[in-house]
Amino acid sequence: MQEMMQKRAVELLENGTVDRVLGWSVGDFPYDMTPAVFRSAAEVKDRFVYNDFCAANLSKYLVKECRAGGKILVFLKPCDTYSFNQLMAEHRIKREMIHVIGIECFGKADVDKLKDMGIEGITGISMKDGSYTVSTVYGDTTVKAADAMAERCLSCKSKKHMVYDELIGAEGEVVEDCNRFDMVEKLEAMTPDERYEFWRGELSRCIRCNACRNVCPACTCEKCIFDNPNSGVSQKAAVNSFEENMFHIIRAFHVAGRCTDCGECSRVCPQSIPLHLLNRKFIKDVNTFYGEYQAGEDPAAKPPLGKYEKNDIEPGEAGGANA
Amino acid sequence: MKKLSFEKLNEFFAAVAAQKTLYLPVDNKVGKAEYKKWESGTEMSRALNTVRSAKDFFFPQTENLMEFKMSGKAVEVLDTREACEDFVIFGVRACDAASFNILDSVYLVDPVDSYYKNRREHGTVVTMACSRPAETCFCGTFGIDAADPAGDVTVWEIEGAYMLRANTEKGEALLASVDALLEDGCEKAVADAQAKTREIMKKLPLADFTTEGVGVGKTKELFDRPEWATLSESCLGCGTCTFVCPTCQCYDVRDFDTGNGIKRFRCWDSCMYSDFTQMAHGNSRNSQLERFRQRFMHKLVYYPDRNNGTFGCVGCGRCLARCPISMNIVKVVKALGGKN
Amino acid sequence: MQDVKEFRPKIVAFCCNWCSYAGADLAGSSRLSYPADVKIIRVPCSCRVNPLFILRAFQRGADGVIMAGCHPGDCHYTSGNYFARRRMTLLFSMLDYLGIERERTRVEWISAAEGAKFSKTMNEFVETVTALGENKRLEDLRCKK
Repeated sequence: MQEMMQKRAVELLENGTVDRVLGWSVGDFPYDMTPAVFRSAAEVKDRFVYNDFCAANLSKYLVKECRAGGKILVFLKPCDTYSFNQLMAEHRIKREMIHVIGIECFGKADVDKLKDMGIEGITGISMKDGSYTVSTVYGDTTVKAADAMAERCLSCKSKKHMVYDELIGAEGEVVEDCNRFDMVEKLEAMTPDERYEFWRGELSRCIRCNACRNVCPACTCEKCIFDNPNSGVSQKAAVNSFEENMFHIIRAFHVAGRCTDCGECSRVCPQSIPLHLLNRKFIKDVNTFYGEYQAGEDPAAKPPLGKYEKNDIEPGEAGGANA
Repeated sequence: MKKLSFEKLNEFFAAVAAQKTLYLPVDNKVGKAEYKKWESGTEMSRALNTVRSAKDFFFPQTENLMEFKMSGKAVEVLDTREACEDFVIFGVRACDAASFNILDSVYLVDPVDSYYKNRREHGTVVTMACSRPAETCFCGTFGIDAADPAGDVTVWEIEGAYMLRANTEKGEALLASVDALLEDGCEKAVADAQAKTREIMKKLPLADFTTEGVGVGKTKELFDRPEWATLSESCLGCGTCTFVCPTCQCYDVRDFDTGNGIKRFRCWDSCMYSDFTQMAHGNSRNSQLERFRQRFMHKLVYYPDRNNGTFGCVGCGRCLARCPISMNIVKVVKALGGKN
Repeated sequence: MQDVKEFRPKIVAFCCNWCSYAGADLAGSSRLSYPADVKIIRVPCSCRVNPLFILRAFQRGADGVIMAGCHPGDCHYTSGNYFARRRMTLLFSMLDYLGIERERTRVEWISAAEGAKFSKTMNEFVETVTALGENKRLEDLRCKK
């Protein structure tokens, strides 16, 4: 995969189709690739890397890149293309400035899962026949790829690219029976007291690093309300349990109907808070109340909170989560 | 050198907790270690280190400084400080123990931060030597010995027992108070364990990582290096690195209007945030490149400049593990000329 | 003076200028009573109610928050309340999902001619929130006296 991507990136750079390439740059370990912009074929040959640990969604970087001008090549996984479309719908990026190469995805690995198994001192990871052989300073371990798969990939909603100029790998399909609302349903079935306990237990770990917000492709405001000293809510630390709740409720609400469920928020959270469960609740509610809607599927679609029906459900009728 | 066999571990914790509040790393509901208060039945985490550093104990994420109340035209200023109780932090790693020196060099020099000083005086630090360092560890680069951490008491885990060594008066007092539970320890066993750990440290991927190319007097040389642009290019501007860092010590002071008074508090700030340098006249660091450069220049050049060459990093590796885009101090140093 | 103070909830009511606020006026001029625990905040349209307003009310000590606007179809600005309806439906569902009692939040459509409905709604809501007691799940301890 990496060779094909590298080869194509070099071709497109050399024939002048694109000026820059947005991809992943090699790290110190087998799993710490940094999103990077490559400006020459030499750089691509030298530092470009792609493997199962290249999990970052690159679409948000396009907002900045589009302002810099020129033509940009970007590699997008299927889930990233939803974010791409959503950014298109919101006029944050310019389609004509971007050359999209869709890359087939079999699910990404999460190094934290390996570490949680007690694997420490990782020096190398190689993939063979659906398993990772992890070499460490304490010896080698073999782990099934499925056991190391990132949580969000276990409930992947689509292997189909919503947008691309060319594809590397095969075209996938939308996953019809993905189980992504299972946990939301489980929470809904709990009593309010249990739900409250659950969320306090999760949100109380928040350190307000804002990684969830800054990585989110739907959070592209020039100045976030939480950074605006005139908003009255620009607190930068989790001063009080209310602040933690408020930050996450408001953030989830701001992206309601726009969140494509790419799962970046939960991936980057240093405290492992399952933030996607907030967004998925909104997605599920929108589906239930206003009809199936997948943000990023169709860049021309009207967002559910930007339209209405005269016979919409009443807030009272929507009932509790048990309704 | 003293010895505590694991059969007496709970008794030991209970005896310590009876005198002082005892904190130790415990696995939370997502299986990550964080410091929690010891209560009967609390099990210590097996993880190498906590996600958040131990600096919280002396420099908490938020802290009330004072309160103002208005009555008519008079303003009343209230000191909201509560008496700090004595506490023990058990299981601090060598890196975090070294980070306290860095915090001290900021908060205990004139003008002394009395809030910090108060906590520091009431805290006893029990460190734990590492036996299974991770690939992200590079404390050795900064002259820290993971096999022989500082602290008031140092603990080595050796074959079903802890070896304990008191390093300070505070430490002596702590061990003396639980002396009935302790036996005589074995220097040899500790030395063997240390040798083993040091061997492992040599095999780690970052064992050869050096700070060559950065350090005292390099401001002019490094400030305008073109590498900053590529390094900071994909930085999200979040505060993860600063908040998990044991040595980051910047804070912001804010007022909160409660509707019936003002609460003045301080909270951790991050030089990665856009409003970090916001002043009445405007902002002096408007791009992420400048903010990013500040964070690393501070740790690698400015701080050593003012502290006899000591770096503002202890090599705990938290930022390596937690940065959403895997950009970190090691990559920065390497790009700026450190030996690979 | 009594030792134990009877719990009186604090209720914030966001009322649209054109219908519900006028409804409150009518309730007053018709001498229909509603509890003094209800503090009305007049907004130009129910659509003006930002989800932050709801949370802020709770932060500042409200025990219940109600939003009242024109009946769907009667919005002074044609469609404001339709948008507000979707927003509040989702927000209240989310609050419930976080375990914050569903009964503390409410939306009601009250026209300028419905003084009686205004009074009845507020009486009911105060009763419900009184039964729930103090808001503990979305409180900001700093704001407590």
